[in-house]
Amino acid sequence: MKNMNIMIVGVGGQGTLLASRIIGAAAINLGVDVKLSEVHGMSQRGGSVVTYVRYGEKVASPIIGEGEADLILAFEKLEAYRYLPYLKQGGKYIINTQETDPMPVITGAAEYPSDILEKMEKMGVSITACDALALAKEAGNIKATNVVLIGVMAKHTNISKEEWEKAVEQTVPAKLLEVNRKAFQLGYDAAE
Amino acid sequence: MAKKLMLGNEAVARGAYEAGVRVASSYPGTPSTEITEFIAKYDEIYAEWAPNEKVAVETAIGAATAGGRALSAMKHVGLNVAADPLFTVSYIGANAGLVIVVADDPGMHSSQNEQDSRHYAIGAKVPMLEPADSSECKEFTKQAFALSEQFDTPVILRLTTRVAHSQSLVELCEREDVPLREYQKNIAKNVMVPANAKPKHVMVEERTKKLAAFAETTDLNQVWIKDKKIGIIAAGISYQYACEACPNASILKLGMVNPLPEQLIRDFASKVEKVYVAEQLDPVIETFCRSIGVKVIGKEAFTMIGEYSAALLKEKILGEKAPKLLCAEEDVPVRPPVMCPGCSHRGVFYVLSKLGLTVAGDIGCYSLGCAKPLASIDTIVCMGGSITGAHGMEKARGREFARKTVAVLGDSTFVHSGITGLIDVVYNKGTTTTIILDNSITGMTGHQQNPSTGFTIRNEPTRQVDLEQLCHAVGVDRVVIADPFDVDKFEKIVKEEIAAEEPSVIIAQRPCALIKKAGYSGLYVINDKCKNCKMCMKLGCPAISLKKKGPQIDETLCVGCGLCPNVCKFGAIERVK
Repeated sequence: MKNMNIMIVGVGGQGTLLASRIIGAAAINLGVDVKLSEVHGMSQRGGSVVTYVRYGEKVASPIIGEGEADLILAFEKLEAYRYLPYLKQGGKYIINTQETDPMPVITGAAEYPSDILEKMEKMGVSITACDALALAKEAGNIKATNVVLIGVMAKHTNISKEEWEKAVEQTVPAKLLEVNRKAFQLGYDAAE
Repeated sequence: MAKKLMLGNEAVARGAYEAGVRVASSYPGTPSTEITEFIAKYDEIYAEWAPNEKVAVETAIGAATAGGRALSAMKHVGLNVAADPLFTVSYIGANAGLVIVVADDPGMHSSQNEQDSRHYAIGAKVPMLEPADSSECKEFTKQAFALSEQFDTPVILRLTTRVAHSQSLVELCEREDVPLREYQKNIAKNVMVPANAKPKHVMVEERTKKLAAFAETTDLNQVWIKDKKIGIIAAGISYQYACEACPNASILKLGMVNPLPEQLIRDFASKVEKVYVAEQLDPVIETFCRSIGVKVIGKEAFTMIGEYSAALLKEKILGEKAPKLLCAEEDVPVRPPVMCPGCSHRGVFYVLSKLGLTVAGDIGCYSLGCAKPLASIDTIVCMGGSITGAHGMEKARGREFARKTVAVLGDSTFVHSGITGLIDVVYNKGTTTTIILDNSITGMTGHQQNPSTGFTIRNEPTRQVDLEQLCHAVGVDRVVIADPFDVDKFEKIVKEEIAAEEPSVIIAQRPCALIKKAGYSGLYVINDKCKNCKMCMKLGCPAISLKKKGPQIDETLCVGCGLCPNVCKFGAIERVK
């Protein structure tokens, strides 16, 4: 299997760590080599966060460099825009259309860039956008946004839907399983 | 046995478990915290959070001296605190194995400096191992215990953020049954007074020679000769970057980074045309190579600052620069970390900022009180440095200055090393006002218990340090407990305490918004009574943004803490849920 490089970007507190662990579980079930790199501590407090997941025959570095990401799962629009240099030629984006103002925007020192998706599409970037927050609400818990996005992503990888469902079940807390199952399905159905 | 995906830190814990460790004592610090949290999940190991790293290492020394394998884990700056016992336990050695795990933070993801802990291994003359992935984290931990007993020495296991906080596959083994070693009174070995320490120093120098000989042949160091044009010497995460960047290069991977293997390095260098040393932070391996006359390319190509990457190695070694593909059309606003919605510290810094006080700050989530719009903190140095910093300011500039100065630190930091500063203030007739941010948890590192929370690492109830009584006991008469969200009252209290011509302590009590005890729920909205005065914007709450109509509350971020209505003069912020 060719190495697959997935980046999960978002705002600290959005549940990006759980998403990366679901992808890790899916990879381990396939019996391939896998590495994840996470962010803990200070940067988690509402800052820009990035998690790397790499799987395939043999993975050395746990980090993905600029121009190397096959897929970027963005939990927030501005964060999608920020990590553009990491996308590989022909790589894909999955973007939650949610907007969260960073502190410089809140204090008025900067403006939230307009029409981010349009600008990215104009550059020829392949994007699947969805309002994951609304779908998570529909599933019954806004915290399930991460699993909605995993559902969207499931359609864009070389791993089967069943394998993804299994990975979700293995990773999420048992008491939230039903909500997350629903969230995954809603995301999967929303993907093009 | 099955392979499991594990965080480097979890794998160190597993290694400790399999190595038959009996005692673990640590103080939390990113990126090392999870090591001890995972150890606490094994019933076979006694685990504890100590008040600070020095206490933790001393406890581990006691355990090892008594015959049980022991471990202590900390972040790089924690090893500064524990350096005192480290340098002397090097002379004492170990009865049962003693391993100190230190996690460096190149790139400063969550730290106040970028120090390279390898200098401690050299300075204290103890062996240091450096794993490159989770599997090695487990194996090297086990080998560290074996080495410790074989050479009668403490061993340091060094991690860096990308090893500590990356997950990779680990094969699990059974726990080894390691019986307690016999404890015998041995004054010559265990009592470090000059008469005993002098012969011990001779032993330490001899031990270093034996360890250097061991380093030449151990499997911890590995050589792969491939393309003879390029040779790379690397350790830890830099080894992974080297493999990624130059899969055909010859590599000398050092798993043991102190002492270094002179002959092995010479032999490797003689087999390749050019030798690169790829090491993050300081030129430790490079300096050693030069000292033995081996020509290498090191910091003249790479950097001492920040993290390395495969791309950096590729560029510097192969001359291949990654092409720039895509880039945002405009400057993307930065997104620095911020105090969470509902953060108990926000009310404190709102008041301090409003009063324009000089604020000597400390290490914790509340360090974020330096960020705009609160921008309240003047200084941050190290754990516990707030009270002493404010005391020094008063001694330099006089009492008038102290009337406009406060020291601010968290509950855990106060117990860690703030209390000694407070004693200094009282003893030396200072008048500093200290604000202890008591949020019932150690927040920044991910919610650990501490002596002031009343629970142990395993969440068992225990005797709670009473911060108020503690302050009284060291001689502070003025101790006030206040709710930082009652901003008007809190402001009044701060004014009274800074005006006092004696030391005072304000304990700002409110739980961290992320723990159950806070119990926040619901949502606030801004109604049409809003006059757009933007007072609420001064709180720097990430849930409140200025939109065209005026401030608005983001319902996905608001936790319903109730701070913002307390600063609105028009009653425009109302609870809707």
